Amino acid sequence: MTLYLQAIVNGLLLGGVYSLMALGLSLIFGVMRVINFAHGDMMVWGMYLSFWLFTTLGVDPYLSILVTATAVFVLGAGVQRGLVTRILDAPHEMQILLMLGVALILENTALMAFGPDPRRVNTSYALSTFWLGPIVFDLPRTLTFGVALALALALYLFLQRTDLGRMIRAAADNRTGALLVGTDILKVFTLAFGIGAGCVGAAGSLMTPFLPFTPSTGLALTLASFNVVIIGGMGSLLGAFVGGLLVGVSESLGAVLLVPSLKEIVTFVLLVFILLFRPQGLLGGSR
Amino acid sequence: MMRRIGPGLLVGAILVVLPFWIPSNWQNLLISTFYYAYLGQAWNLLGGYAGQLSLGHAAFFGVGSYTAAVLAIHLGLSPWIGMFAGAVLAVLLSQGIGYLGFRFGLRGFYFILLTVAAAEICRLVALHLPILGGYTGLFIQFRPDPWRFQFKGKIPYYFVSLGFLAAASAIVWLVSRSKMGAYLVAIREDEDASEGLGVDTLRYKMLAYALSAALTALGGTFYAYYQFYLQPNTVLSLNHSVDIMIRPIVGGSGTILGPILGSFLLELMGEFSRTMFAASTAGLSVAMYGVLLVVVVLFLPRGVYPTLAGWMRRKSGAAR
Repeated sequence: MTLYLQAIVNGLLLGGVYSLMALGLSLIFGVMRVINFAHGDMMVWGMYLSFWLFTTLGVDPYLSILVTATAVFVLGAGVQRGLVTRILDAPHEMQILLMLGVALILENTALMAFGPDPRRVNTSYALSTFWLGPIVFDLPRTLTFGVALALALALYLFLQRTDLGRMIRAAADNRTGALLVGTDILKVFTLAFGIGAGCVGAAGSLMTPFLPFTPSTGLALTLASFNVVIIGGMGSLLGAFVGGLLVGVSESLGAVLLVPSLKEIVTFVLLVFILLFRPQGLLGGSR
Repeated sequence: MMRRIGPGLLVGAILVVLPFWIPSNWQNLLISTFYYAYLGQAWNLLGGYAGQLSLGHAAFFGVGSYTAAVLAIHLGLSPWIGMFAGAVLAVLLSQGIGYLGFRFGLRGFYFILLTVAAAEICRLVALHLPILGGYTGLFIQFRPDPWRFQFKGKIPYYFVSLGFLAAASAIVWLVSRSKMGAYLVAIREDEDASEGLGVDTLRYKMLAYALSAALTALGGTFYAYYQFYLQPNTVLSLNHSVDIMIRPIVGGSGTILGPILGSFLLELMGEFSRTMFAASTAGLSVAMYGVLLVVVVLFLPRGVYPTLAGWMRRKSGAAR
């Protein structure tokens, strides 16, 4: 019993970062109806940036979030301004191919810059743990969960309470309507893509203390983000949040019930069922 | 009619004598071009003509390559027969995925994601099946014998891959000229409207999927006996699905010559970046695929061949 409880706790802790990744993807999709196939690769660039800051300047990954989120924000905004904005009205397939191209570029430039060997950020507290009753909490994972949660909450408040946030939500609800009332749609799109990318950049930094990564990790992370938003509901922020926790727990339980290397299969099977019976996702509205 | 047969015969004659006159690295390049053009042609049926983008064709490829190899290793069955067993299994898999996806009305991104998920499940399962060699992969012993699909030298592989490509192109050409081809294009252009006009969209999408999967699986057998090594993380990976898909898209999906032209361009570009920048910059050639994909989407959204053909037509029209 403790084993399963432990697995659920570990899954929830990991699920926090998944939620943050998926929030970024969901925001981009919700506003622009574009699926960011380069999501995981943007995240990997965030990871490498954190790694680089840690090894050269000794900056703690929880601090370098500020840098990585900003840098990946700029990357996302640049991709939006330079590429995505030209194909907003193109068929979905074309948008997917374009983003797939961006993903290949980001992954392989990372490969050229950092090589194929797995990297990780070895902080002094990497192996620290503490106990709550019978359950072990891994310190970096718990910290990551806390920060991810705080960032998700901050994003939610930003979207709900600020003028910029309201503009973004208006553009997501009704692009034409937002244009009619004089919203600077280009600015909103750039901002939304940037924020979505910034979220995943921050999520990347947050994962470095416990997840070894290579340039090809990006693809797995992109797929993980897709799974989360499809399960939770495309374009729904609450869905992305709940979906992240759910996928974290299902992977963690899958690792205990099956073989650890088969853990993703639980998520994929869950995904297939969701696609078939509730394609709008658990918390999504109508498609 | 003669005007079209003449150049065709000339190209055929050149392709037959060509391998005897070129060095072996050029032979490799051409084998690779034919073989990826073949896979692209298979993908083209579903993704190009029927407009159902699949990003999971690695699954059928893997089923085909592993089935033929395992049957040959354990039962001594010739891959020439085993490849059809692989094709049958791939068709069954495609009908499973297709029925689930089409039946439940998954389109666009949702269908793409279903194909990705299916291929990923296949990859994860293959990694855990001891008979397929798991993480270590499956090695095929080299025992040259045409009946075992194993040949000495490159020239037999050249002709086998050329034959595969010619056969697949003929099949796609026949389909495109048939009623089925017209239905598939109608489905691609407007699925609801063609359904309204009485096209059994589910049936024709399933047919296109089956044919596409079977051809892809046969190609997998060729790969197994050209590389002599199979590993789930390469054969069944998402990257491999991208490899299969990118050539017809760059060349022009939904046309016969598109996948062939696309494959030729990509092989040339790959070869160029390999010789120009040496092995030290792993990833550069794939990064250039990425650039190419972006450029094609932004500037040649219909692919290189249709753009080129349209340009030539305008040119000859202006001359007249």
